[in-house]
Amino acid sequence: MLTKEQAADIFDRIRRFSSADEVEAIFTGSHFALTRFANNTVHQNVEEENSIVSIRTNFAGRTARATVNQFDDESLQRAVTASENLAKVQEPDPDLLPMPTADEANAAGEGARSTRFFEETASITPADRAEVVKRVVSVAGKHKLTTAGIYSNSESGEGIFNSRGLANWHQQTLAEISITMLAEDSSGWQKLNSPDVRNLDPARLAETAAQKAVESAHPREILPGKYTVILEPAAVLDIVGFMFWDYSGVAILDQRSFLNDRIGTKLFGENINIWDDAAHRLQAGSPFDGEGVRRQRVQLVENGVVKRVVYARGTAQKMKNSAYAGKVGPIAPTGHGFPLPNEMGEMPLNIVFEVPDKVFGGPEKPKSVQEMIASTERGVLVTRLWYIREVDPYEKIVTGMTRDGTFLVENGKVQCGLRNFRFNESLISMLSNVEAMSVPVRASGEESFDMVVPAMKVKEFNFTEATKF
Amino acid sequence: MKTAAQLALDAASVRGVTYADARVVSIRNRSLTTKNGRMGHASESESLGIGVRVIAEGAWGFAASADLSRAAVEVAAARAVEIARASARVKRENVRLAAEPAAVAEWTTPHKVDPFTTSVEQNLDLLLKVDAEMRAVPGVTLAETGMNFQREESWFLSSEGSSIHQTKYSTGAGYTAYAFAGSEIQKRSYPNSFGGHWQNRGYELIEEMKLLENAHRVAEEAVALHHAEQCPEGEATIILDGSQLGLQIHESIGHPIELDRVLGMEANFAGTSFLTLEKLGKLRYGSELVNVVADARQEHGPGLGTFAYDDEGVAAQSTPIITHGRFTGYLSSRETAHTIGATRSGGTLRAEGWNRLPMIRMTNVSILPGEKPLSLEQLIAATDQGIYMETNKSWSIDDKRYNFQFGCEIAWEIKHGKRARMLKNPSYSGITTEFWNSMDAICSRDQWTLWGTPNCGKGQPQQVVGTGHGASPARFRNIRVGSAYQGR
Repeated sequence: MLTKEQAADIFDRIRRFSSADEVEAIFTGSHFALTRFANNTVHQNVEEENSIVSIRTNFAGRTARATVNQFDDESLQRAVTASENLAKVQEPDPDLLPMPTADEANAAGEGARSTRFFEETASITPADRAEVVKRVVSVAGKHKLTTAGIYSNSESGEGIFNSRGLANWHQQTLAEISITMLAEDSSGWQKLNSPDVRNLDPARLAETAAQKAVESAHPREILPGKYTVILEPAAVLDIVGFMFWDYSGVAILDQRSFLNDRIGTKLFGENINIWDDAAHRLQAGSPFDGEGVRRQRVQLVENGVVKRVVYARGTAQKMKNSAYAGKVGPIAPTGHGFPLPNEMGEMPLNIVFEVPDKVFGGPEKPKSVQEMIASTERGVLVTRLWYIREVDPYEKIVTGMTRDGTFLVENGKVQCGLRNFRFNESLISMLSNVEAMSVPVRASGEESFDMVVPAMKVKEFNFTEATKF
Repeated sequence: MKTAAQLALDAASVRGVTYADARVVSIRNRSLTTKNGRMGHASESESLGIGVRVIAEGAWGFAASADLSRAAVEVAAARAVEIARASARVKRENVRLAAEPAAVAEWTTPHKVDPFTTSVEQNLDLLLKVDAEMRAVPGVTLAETGMNFQREESWFLSSEGSSIHQTKYSTGAGYTAYAFAGSEIQKRSYPNSFGGHWQNRGYELIEEMKLLENAHRVAEEAVALHHAEQCPEGEATIILDGSQLGLQIHESIGHPIELDRVLGMEANFAGTSFLTLEKLGKLRYGSELVNVVADARQEHGPGLGTFAYDDEGVAAQSTPIITHGRFTGYLSSRETAHTIGATRSGGTLRAEGWNRLPMIRMTNVSILPGEKPLSLEQLIAATDQGIYMETNKSWSIDDKRYNFQFGCEIAWEIKHGKRARMLKNPSYSGITTEFWNSMDAICSRDQWTLWGTPNCGKGQPQQVVGTGHGASPARFRNIRVGSAYQGR
């Protein structure tokens, strides 16, 4: 896989090929392997080795990008020329900033961060993955279930170099397991990932998924309506993830954010506190953004009040010069920009929900899912949400389905499995109706990016229809 | 390129595989967008590599590399074999491939203008004119346009003697006007939302789309939606425009007929399907008027699912999926064909690129138009009360593809056969088979368009490919509308 030294050498060649005022190169390389199983057998098993360089050139306010995955001189020269030709035909953009220097990009410091590269993850072999799948299949067999899922591992490198002296590099590993257990008319699911494979316990995840499949067998149908729901962490992250595109300076400037005219107001319940924190011990990913600027720790929501949004360098400058200045909280680059040029600007991608407990002066003690169930007279326990899409961008209504383990809770106990529901729920309402939260954990779903989130007990969650299973 | 693929086959065969294929793929993209009169992004990309797929000890292995040197290709092939042997440690039965004659072929997407021969200036000039036209309408707060081209050249060789060289072009463009006011964001898109209209054609598609001619109207509609009434909640007759019907087909017919889903292979991610095997030939999927085919052949049209051979060397075919309302066919592959008693694959295996394993994907899953002449305006005129909905805004469906909910950008009430007041935030929902059985009219061939869905995701690791969906406007009775905003 590409090393920082090899990338630096390639960047030197790219600079020689370019006549642009400024040049930037973003390198991404990975060795990725994934074993996929279904019907208690491995049916797909893949491995990939690839590295790409994405070259951006600047000519006095004009910029464009070209990407290539071959590093011979001819390919690099062709990509440089493509980038330059795309840039040169544009009208100058007066808001385009020079590329950041190393000092500017790294001004925020690296923060206290431990390594995200683990040899134990990188060295997993196809045979190792097969053994783990065997163990999952044996759990399925024990419960007379059928299982499907994936077990993957990767090592990746990501770096950014520019002609103003910036050279940032990040390397990490990731192991991921996702398990579905299927019975005749029910199913259960669990998923987890971590840079360190030793944080994954496949057998325990398989047992939990199996238990959900067994306990939700012969699901009952109940009428849709407003219910108290207990959303497990994966369900929480998949639904709340749909609002974070809006915590962006560009989204405010474009008037496409549900936070337009709402920053500084109390939008959610008092118990909602949200940070973006790339250095958090449960987070993964790169410590710098698409321009190489170090990601800062930013509090987005404090006690239900939306405090601010995140900024790329150029967006912060535009916002300061806009009519919104003074109305949108602090305005400064936060290290959340996407590679330029782009339309979306920036986004917080390392979300951490904070659940202040009494020890630290918070309003209440985190509650486990079991405690949430015990305190619920009638409600629905949700393992996972699926196919979530935005219905209304300003009221932030999203629709979607429950999946793989939906249960009726009555009199403080899980009573039976339920047929799956469709929901149409405003995220503003949902986060105003949170009655209890667990200790946040690293969670992974399929609809949104990984986050550190709690399970949530939410009142008056809006189920509008039920499906046939 | 062909040499690299042959090298991979040779390296695999000496390691005792019972089957191997190799695909060298070279992809080039151009992507341009504008936003409020300025460049959004401008990018070109190239990706080249080889994917080697083998069967050893009765199980699959796949390895891919961007490095086409002899040493790297041999390593990739050896790695694919090692992976297959690991797969064999957790298998119940050997992989069975339906027989397929070896094919030696060359094919290129028919096109008049190679889009990459058009200048960036020309592309941008059109987009910026459209952008300006939208922003000329007071109340428009954001105007976005986009144009994309792709050229994918592939060399497929198999241990059974196939050697296929294909070059596919796809082209797409579209735009959206947004209007934010009060507590609402409304939008209108043209010719379709979420990336516009796409086909496997050259730049001539852009020239035919009348992008500039429609920009002002579309922007005016985005603003006008702020003064429209909310779509009512209840049961109604609805008419869907062709683009929305195309997405309805994609979600509630295209996905559930994927045989790998039906067989549980996608259970952990994309889901399974309500179309269990015993339903083939028996289930009444829709009304007598519902005739759906999966057709990858050029004669069906230049859809995003049009090709000469799929990514395991099976020739493009047309499969009847729903025939006069009865469920008659699945999308299949060489590995899955035997499960439905077929002796040959339906030819639907496709991969996103060189680094992905081919899997069952929709080709062009299209509803056939009505046989009698019927325009949209005639259909509306023949409808006493109802709602006409246009252009998708949101879509969601459960993991067995029963319960769906779609939102559209705009609607008009139909009263006594005429388009009456505009309605905002229209949505409809239902159960797949109930919905298709309620179809009682479909417009004719002159109203039929082969729409493109460029962003269909499936698989782990996820692969995004384009699919085609021919449709003309159609009418459905007793459909639940407005539930997306229920109780608010």
